[in-house]
Amino acid sequence: MTPVARLHRDPIDPMSLVRAVSGASHGAVLLFLGVVREMNDGREVSGIEYSAYEPMAARELSDIAQAAEARFSSSTVAIEHRLGALALEEVSVGIAVAHPHRSVAYDASRWIIEELKRRVPIWKREQYVDGHREWVDPTARETSTVEPEVLT
Amino acid sequence: MSVTVLLFASYADALGATSFSLDLPTDATVADVLADLRLRPGADRLPPAPLVAVNQQYARLTTRLHADDEVAVIPPVAGG
Repeated sequence: MTPVARLHRDPIDPMSLVRAVSGASHGAVLLFLGVVREMNDGREVSGIEYSAYEPMAARELSDIAQAAEARFSSSTVAIEHRLGALALEEVSVGIAVAHPHRSVAYDASRWIIEELKRRVPIWKREQYVDGHREWVDPTARETSTVEPEVLT
Repeated sequence: MSVTVLLFASYADALGATSFSLDLPTDATVADVLADLRLRPGADRLPPAPLVAVNQQYARLTTRLHADDEVAVIPPVAGG
């Protein structure tokens, strides 16, 4: 069955993700939620606006979900990423992983969020309490940048 | 031939557009699209080698383009 993997304009329902992956063969169900937090790089955030290259982002999410189920065999995964304007404490991304055993579920969950952050064309613009807003560039703080070749 | 260039997020802000049509020679590559971008006002805010996707697949500078391709110039992704 094709795993759940989609962009979402409405609030994410974490339990729907849990239900999508749960089953009698799975002894472990793991839920990861990314949440809008109030401080980033020392600046006070009031909200985040997420946008995407939507058809490609949806396809990349689907590719990651299917690759995760192939890489971590016997796992069932579900991924949703929110788009639009989010307030503090709202869920921006939800990842549910179920597996017969916990160890693989933890590995798969971590792998999925790292892949998502590496390659899904989604952008966020932070709105700050002081009235400014800025696009977030994760590569600006890293020592190495991702080359296009890595992603092909 | 003509291709559609898509810009997003900080790159769309920098160049003041989210998409435009570009006429290129038939043997053009992704590098030719970036060369054209560099001539546009605001292009100094783009990095030397931005990520590019052709028809929604990450591509290389040397990727050959075809008529009606969709060439997306992708700012650093920030999902999660």
